[in-house]
Amino acid sequence: MRIDVNTFLGAYPYRRVPGTSRDALLDAMARTGVDAAWVSHLPSLFWRQPMEGNAWLHETVAREPRLKAVPALHPGLRGWDVALREAADRGAPAVRCDPTYYGLDPAGPEMRALAAACGAARRPLMMAVRLEDARQRHPNDHAPELPAAAVRALIRSDAGVRLVITHADRGFIEEVHFGSTPEEAGRVWWDVSWIWGPPEDHLATLLDTIGVDRFLFGTGQPLRIPEAGVAKLDLLDLGTERRAAIESGNITRGLLA
Amino acid sequence: MLIDVHAHFYHARTPRADWRECNASRLAAGRTIGITIHVASVLGSWGRTSPIYFPSPRDLEDGNDALLALQREYPRSIRGYVTVNPNYTDHARTEIARCLDTGMVGIKLAASRRATDPLLDPICALARERGVPVLQHVWQHRRRDWPGQEASDGAELATLAARHPKVQFILAHIGGGGDWQHSLAVLRAVPNVSVDLSGSGVDGGMLEACLDAVGVERLLWGTDLTMDTGWAKLRYLERLLSPADLELVMWKNAARVFPRGAFHAD
Repeated sequence: MRIDVNTFLGAYPYRRVPGTSRDALLDAMARTGVDAAWVSHLPSLFWRQPMEGNAWLHETVAREPRLKAVPALHPGLRGWDVALREAADRGAPAVRCDPTYYGLDPAGPEMRALAAACGAARRPLMMAVRLEDARQRHPNDHAPELPAAAVRALIRSDAGVRLVITHADRGFIEEVHFGSTPEEAGRVWWDVSWIWGPPEDHLATLLDTIGVDRFLFGTGQPLRIPEAGVAKLDLLDLGTERRAAIESGNITRGLLA
Repeated sequence: MLIDVHAHFYHARTPRADWRECNASRLAAGRTIGITIHVASVLGSWGRTSPIYFPSPRDLEDGNDALLALQREYPRSIRGYVTVNPNYTDHARTEIARCLDTGMVGIKLAASRRATDPLLDPICALARERGVPVLQHVWQHRRRDWPGQEASDGAELATLAARHPKVQFILAHIGGGGDWQHSLAVLRAVPNVSVDLSGSGVDGGMLEACLDAVGVERLLWGTDLTMDTGWAKLRYLERLLSPADLELVMWKNAARVFPRGAFHAD
């Protein structure tokens, strides 16, 4: 069982990206052996009211059991608490918020309120560090990357919140993990999409130093080709059990337990 | 056959204490992926005694010597680019001759001098004379100067390539950061530049855009610092291309760009 926790549907505003439809995502999943995917609505990251994309997202994935919606919440706008309740009612595996894209302080009072509410609702909160390499971003794409300090602050801000951080690199992950208590670090999960494989062996190092149980399979498709996530694991000598933990077990036994 | 046209190795006189492990990791990953030949460069001391992108003549010799030693140790699987700094013209030409005479197959220009600069001309003249390609480090869209390197972008490489139409150039790591669409837009009309697909970037749409811009016959497969991303692009291309076209990207285009006999099966 391979679950991709980091996928998107819908167009990207800064360049043409193929494969942004539901059917194209399903094709890519079949091609790369992905059995299920957690899906976010890409255009609404850039909307003033990101939660307006949630209805489309829920409807689009409703008839497809392999896809699970990860609705967006903007804690600076009215209605986010209702959207969180709806996410819980619909069984969303997580909710997402990308504060730097929304113009929010990533560790400010709105985000802390959201973290606490997610903790109470037992919904993991997903955030992306980045969507693209900083060197290639569109000249008008100025949203700052999510700072590691904000992740540390949010995990400390509520004892019940669980975070899923996507698109983080080795340095970011190490900074948060070793800058947190073991209890705090045990409530953060990382997708593997932005971690370098051989010969640098960043992923192998992190699996050794931080532990397999902290990592989830994620690709960032279709902004990134999903083959990268699979190739990264194929280059490691993980063994069946550890690989299964990353590909799905850490979700069922850890994040959503 | 699979040729990686953009590999790197390390050696004892670099800042990396794990240089042996890193080299071994590349070779091991290469075996898993199925890489037949790693065409590699060593950028001097990798910053230990001179900057990575402005290597001193002494560091260049050390690095090139280390690569020659690896080439001797792995004669079937490693080939070398001789790395030079165009600011030291006489040294660069001497070093190119020395390393090509001892089995290297190309020239690596990092970011010591802008690609448009006349100081690159004597190096390109020698590349033409010896029939070897020039792998040019490229920042895909350079909007300003970045610290630590005098980077060039695709447009600047295109200017150099137009001045030297008989030389084969390789635009380094299209997935190595920067706006790859900017590079691709200028390469259409420059037939003597091939695109190396390496780099950590695995952007959706990038490979299709490369094919559209320069055609399958000007694409070269490579990895650079991250081999998982290279393997991912290869897997994606397996779906996108016919078997015959895939072979072009995997090795046949490289066999055409590099001197005859550079690879044992060409």
